[in-house]
Amino acid sequence: MNLSPQDITAIGLSMKIAISATLLALPFGFATAWFMVFRSFRGKVLLEVLVNLPLTLPPVVIGYLLLLFLGRNGWGGAFLKAAGIELIFTWKAAVIASATVGFPLLVRSIRLGMESIDRQLLQASRSLGATWYDTLATVVLPLSLRGMLAGSSLMFARSLGEFGATIIVAGNIPGLTQTIPLAIYDYASSPTGTSMALSLCAVSVILSVGILLLHEVIGKNLENRRSA
Amino acid sequence: MKLDIDIEKRLGGFSLRMKTELSGERIGIFGASGSGKSTLVHTIAGLMAPDAGELHLDGTCLFSSRDRINLSPEQRRIAIVFQQAMLFPHLGVKANLLFGYRRCRPEHRKIRPEALIEVLNLQHLLQRGTSKLSGGEKQRVALGRAVLANPRLLVMDEPLSALDDTLRYQIIPYLRSVSEEFRIPYLFISHSVSEMQLMADQVLVVANGSLAEVSTPDELARNSMAKSPRGYLNLMRLKDPEFRDGLYHYPWGDGRLIVSDGRENCESLFELSSRDIILFKKHPEAISARNLIECRVAEMFDSDGRKGVVLESGDGRLVAEIVRSASDELEVSPGATMFAAVKASAFRRLG
Repeated sequence: MNLSPQDITAIGLSMKIAISATLLALPFGFATAWFMVFRSFRGKVLLEVLVNLPLTLPPVVIGYLLLLFLGRNGWGGAFLKAAGIELIFTWKAAVIASATVGFPLLVRSIRLGMESIDRQLLQASRSLGATWYDTLATVVLPLSLRGMLAGSSLMFARSLGEFGATIIVAGNIPGLTQTIPLAIYDYASSPTGTSMALSLCAVSVILSVGILLLHEVIGKNLENRRSA
Repeated sequence: MKLDIDIEKRLGGFSLRMKTELSGERIGIFGASGSGKSTLVHTIAGLMAPDAGELHLDGTCLFSSRDRINLSPEQRRIAIVFQQAMLFPHLGVKANLLFGYRRCRPEHRKIRPEALIEVLNLQHLLQRGTSKLSGGEKQRVALGRAVLANPRLLVMDEPLSALDDTLRYQIIPYLRSVSEEFRIPYLFISHSVSEMQLMADQVLVVANGSLAEVSTPDELARNSMAKSPRGYLNLMRLKDPEFRDGLYHYPWGDGRLIVSDGRENCESLFELSSRDIILFKKHPEAISARNLIECRVAEMFDSDGRKGVVLESGDGRLVAEIVRSASDELEVSPGATMFAAVKASAFRRLG
């Protein structure tokens, strides 16, 4: 394995961004899934399309739209500027990009978990004196944990691989915003970088396999606990 | 408990329309599946809002489309026991039992967990996970959980229909003892006549989304005698048997009943179909049936062309079923003395 100190920084940064993006997206993902599974409202199909859009849109398009929105002349950018927050071309922008791109995966997994909760359990909870938010916290949330863990691991893995949206909103600044895929991109475009690129590829494969294994193990454990 | 119902609810092609005033502590709601029983109790419990109308429980307005009132389920304090136990899978037995109790305002906490756990015989289950319970145990925990929420009204929505016969009659004594001990009024929903006989004082018969009649469990059993495949089911609680020649001799009425499947040292519930009773005008010389009971005809009733004969012996009562021609030949009439023959094996022990 041939890793430079800059590569190590890129690996650390990738992990940091993926973890932050996942943690940031989790509460929103849970709320969106709950909204879509348990509430009936007009325009549900529209929300569904909107949530799943990042899955089919080219990440570059998402990055560009985020740049327009969060850039100096965008609504979000003006708001951030007023609050004194610098976002574009920092690692935080990469977090936003990863969170947006991975969001549909997260919501899908949480939804699957929530859809398997028997509605009568919620009715039982309400008739036993629990308010809707109490039911959400003490029945829906614990019974959705499996979906949340599964979704988080998928989203984490997706974030590690994020390239298109990240390069647009965060750039490719070594040591600041350069993540593993961006570093590989740099190596691939230089004639002497093959072995360095391959080393980072190996790291990527190891991380992905590790996460997917963890995903399976968590899923199996929870399944066993439930059927025990 | 007083419940005023005047509601309308449409669900796809089905519509429920009901207007009635109920008062009593043990009310049965009887009807075939799809008749609207569940929709009715869901609207009472607040799990589904009626399209229009009013609902009042003991003077409190639960729902009123006119005054725009719709109390949420947790404000109504109506606990439900469902067909499936619906225990929270992520909580243990104890946490399930206390789920409603913990959310109940202190001034409403009249039933203590210790007392209930004893009545339902749940001590040995408290530390277990819910997946380690049998079907009957789960339903007992579900019942305990509902009662511990200290509700104003307990709704039992076919709580026995997911259980097999043996378990069903093991749970019934618990249902009865809980309601007697803690005095919680209840609505018992079922499509079984014998469950109505065991659990209700008054029965609301629901058919096609509306109230067909308000009747008593006995009336219901009489009306369904001819249609039901097993006729009128006589339910008898018998105790203190004497075991002789391989048979159990239970004191009953002025004499005794001889039963093959009895049990010593406890009270048992027996079921005897009206079709398993043969009537004789005179004492036959010798018969193979072990029971030959001298009875007085107390009353007769019609049920779709069949004749029901209510027989009395001391304080014991039995309903026998005969066809009209047999009734003419035997010249059965109220006040007459008859001999009822029943095989010892015709008694089915339920629990």
